[in-house]
Amino acid sequence: MRKALKNEGVQAFIASIFCILLGVLIGYIVLLCINPSGASESILNVIKNFLYKKPARQMKELGNTLAKTMPLILCSLSILFSYKVGLFNIGAAGQYVAGACASLYAALAWGWGWLPCMIFAVVAGALLGSITGLLKAYCNVNEVISGIMLNWICLYTANTLLTNVKESTSPYTMYLDKINKSSLLPTLGLDRVFGNNENVTIAVPLTVVVAVIVWIILGKTKLGYELKATGNNRNAAKYAGMAQNRNIILTLAISGALAGLAASLLYQTGYMRWECTQSSVPAMGFNGIAAAFLGGLHPIGAIFSSFFIQHITDGGQYVNTNFYSSQISDVISSVIIYLCGFVLFIKLTMKKFLSKKDEQKGAKQ
Amino acid sequence: MGETHNSEYAIEMLHITKRFPGIIANDDITLQLRHGEIHALLGENGAGKSTLMSVLFGLYQAEEGTIKKDGREVRINNPNDANNLGIGMVHQHFKLVECFTVLDNIIMGVEPVGALGFLQKKQAREKVIALSEKYGLQVDPDAKIEDITVGMQQRTEILKMLYRDNEILIFDEPTAVLTPQEIEELMQIMRNLAAEGKSILFISHKLAEIMAVADRCTVLRKGRYIGTVETKNTTMEELSAMMVGRNVNFHVEKQPARPGDAVLEVKHMTVASRVHNNNAVKDVSFKVRRGEIVCIAGIDGNGQSELVYGITGLEPLVSGSILLDGKDITKASIRKRSASGMSHIPEDRHKHGLVLDYSLEYNMVLQTYFESRFTDRIGFLRRKNIRQYSDRLIDQYDVRSGQGSITPARSMSGGNQQKAIIAREIDKNPEVLVAVQPTRGLDVGAIEYIHKQLVAQRDAGKAVLLISLELDEVMDVPDRILVMYEGEIVGELDPKQTTQEELGLYMAGAKRDEVKDQ
Ligand SMILES: Nc1ncnc2c1ncn2[C@@H]1O[C@H](COP(=O)(O)OP(=O)(O)OP(=O)(O)O)[C@@H](O)[C@H]1O
Ligand SMILES: [Mg+2]
Repeated sequence: MRKALKNEGVQAFIASIFCILLGVLIGYIVLLCINPSGASESILNVIKNFLYKKPARQMKELGNTLAKTMPLILCSLSILFSYKVGLFNIGAAGQYVAGACASLYAALAWGWGWLPCMIFAVVAGALLGSITGLLKAYCNVNEVISGIMLNWICLYTANTLLTNVKESTSPYTMYLDKINKSSLLPTLGLDRVFGNNENVTIAVPLTVVVAVIVWIILGKTKLGYELKATGNNRNAAKYAGMAQNRNIILTLAISGALAGLAASLLYQTGYMRWECTQSSVPAMGFNGIAAAFLGGLHPIGAIFSSFFIQHITDGGQYVNTNFYSSQISDVISSVIIYLCGFVLFIKLTMKKFLSKKDEQKGAKQ
Repeated sequence: MGETHNSEYAIEMLHITKRFPGIIANDDITLQLRHGEIHALLGENGAGKSTLMSVLFGLYQAEEGTIKKDGREVRINNPNDANNLGIGMVHQHFKLVECFTVLDNIIMGVEPVGALGFLQKKQAREKVIALSEKYGLQVDPDAKIEDITVGMQQRTEILKMLYRDNEILIFDEPTAVLTPQEIEELMQIMRNLAAEGKSILFISHKLAEIMAVADRCTVLRKGRYIGTVETKNTTMEELSAMMVGRNVNFHVEKQPARPGDAVLEVKHMTVASRVHNNNAVKDVSFKVRRGEIVCIAGIDGNGQSELVYGITGLEPLVSGSILLDGKDITKASIRKRSASGMSHIPEDRHKHGLVLDYSLEYNMVLQTYFESRFTDRIGFLRRKNIRQYSDRLIDQYDVRSGQGSITPARSMSGGNQQKAIIAREIDKNPEVLVAVQPTRGLDVGAIEYIHKQLVAQRDAGKAVLLISLELDEVMDVPDRILVMYEGEIVGELDPKQTTQEELGLYMAGAKRDEVKDQ
């Protein structure tokens, strides 16, 4: 038992669960403070999410959650990949926007098929990522600063460009299935499994494959070896003759590619449309940060943590609006997501506690 | 000073046991430190010295055993507890914040603050300057740690302890990086501190120092307690036998060198300094030939580090050129130099030499991971080969650790980290081996072995460029000595002809020859 507790993986898992419970508890307290009468019911609904629906609808709702989970997984992979190399790619949010803009524009304005659109999104994300990388490598500009600025530049560029393909009567881009059906991701029959939910597409298996690939690259390849060495000790990496600048740029390009792919996998399901008047960067990229940490910075962990976060976010809409204003759903899911960031902290505390315990045991003997 | 003590001992560590994965680092060790004594701790690399001191300093908690201060049992759960009990420690690997200044590092945690919570650095600065003058510990309070030499970082660490008015002082291998003069000064400082009533624990692998400064010496071997002896009743031979379990040959056995053509040629090399505006290396030229060991001697901070950075490609040259086997490598990348047959044992093993969060085996292939024996064509690491290779080096160079190849490098003892780097660099069988203080922090047995390896490289027709601060090493190992002073080479000496005194004069800049381009 003690031995199991000292295992890194087990620790990460326990810490994640702990954070989740703590987040739910605090969310509950918030609800209690605002209006005690509906609190218990509402928090349960958040956790139950689609299960609260009739069984016939459950699979369909699950499908919607999955459709949004896949981009979240990719965003968290984007964050954790660069994090392993010692870079904090907060620009993932902007790279995600670049991917969205590229795939939507190619689909609506040029009528491209789904695969070219997707590749275009990946390239756009990668390009944007490498701008941050170039700035970092050659001008020593902190990747967080340039990332945040590029996020805004991207947002407004995307708004401007996508205005060309928006509906004349609304701020949203046109429906893909009306303009260019070929740009929709193929469903591979998965839609039938999920109650004819056409939002469940090739994105699901593709994302899992990408997560496994990221895991393999980081853990088993020369590239991963080199990148992690750079992240852990830049000086030693330099001493060992690793091309540092190339590695920084490459890392951010890969990270950006993942974020770009994330956007393509969401918008090309047709489930979401771009709002050309939006004045904030979509939260997906930022939620990726929480998902990455909640998943213990492990690519496979990211799959589960992302699903959980998306589940909670979607569950937020089931808060009883008779008792609470509708924004409360965001508050609750944000509180839970926020606490997810504390995984590393909890892990550390746990380690300290364990060694204290050891010592007390030693003293008794 | 508290002349009336409750107990004969300032500190007693009784039956301490500390386990790590795969190893018992301290196995029922007892250590008693008298008031006002200098007590040395001696043992092979990995014997458990640093671990025992870390237990006393509250960094680790022992599984078994008790600690008493002045006869009273105490619990030391963290370094703050230790500090409150007046225990201070200079770590084997410094614990300094790289991007802070010397002064900030010294006052960190005990910053003097005024009424409104503002830092009052002026007082602190005065105290630091006073201390540094009193003990002759020269530092520049405003220099950043990342810009100063290892020697000055060490002095910062010592000042940090003195600044806190600690009365029990732990020195974990403080002399490993100091010059002979500085060591002499440090020993005088330690004697003064002991005379002032402070009690000192002193780890060193240098037996002569222990004999000169310590009152008593406790010897550990493989985590076990061997014994405590009065230094005046023992000899260096006896100590080393107690420690290694056999007799150690302090003298390097070697045949006269038979040098061939030049392998490494440095021509009019100038390298900028990171600390000041002057150049750290000024128009230096020399050659290292096949089958010889050339040593760059000098007091720390006279441009040796920068010279090595220039040769190995860690820093660009301001001017001049470098030839390796006749080919110009002045602008070549580090990887290129390594591939053309240059190995480098770096000065700072934690900064450059190791990725501490990697396992030992991954560190063993730090510059060779991309070769086809370690990476297949698709780009996957051949982990089986890496494991085999690392196991072989561990075995051959006697690198000791808790779990062999998979041990995290961070958890290894300092000396064994060094041995791992040396194994890696020598095993590349380089045309020229640039070895910067290769035996720093090694025990006498390991030093003997490494020196043999350097001579073996030489006898195999390779070139060795040794940079050392250690006078014994400078006199014993090389075939030629070049003395560096203020960025220039001021003399070439034959170790068989010269004396330590003459060498000292060159190193201090009191004597210089016109060294011609050879
Ligand atoms: N944090 C740790 N985790 C695991 N093992 C450790 C840790 N610290 C030390 N060890 C192991 O304990 C043993 C003793 O290490 P220690 O650092 O005390 O040796 P030392 O006597 O100081 O040697 P050196 O002269 O090389 O500095 C070593 O085998 C080392 O691998
Ligand atoms: Mg040690």
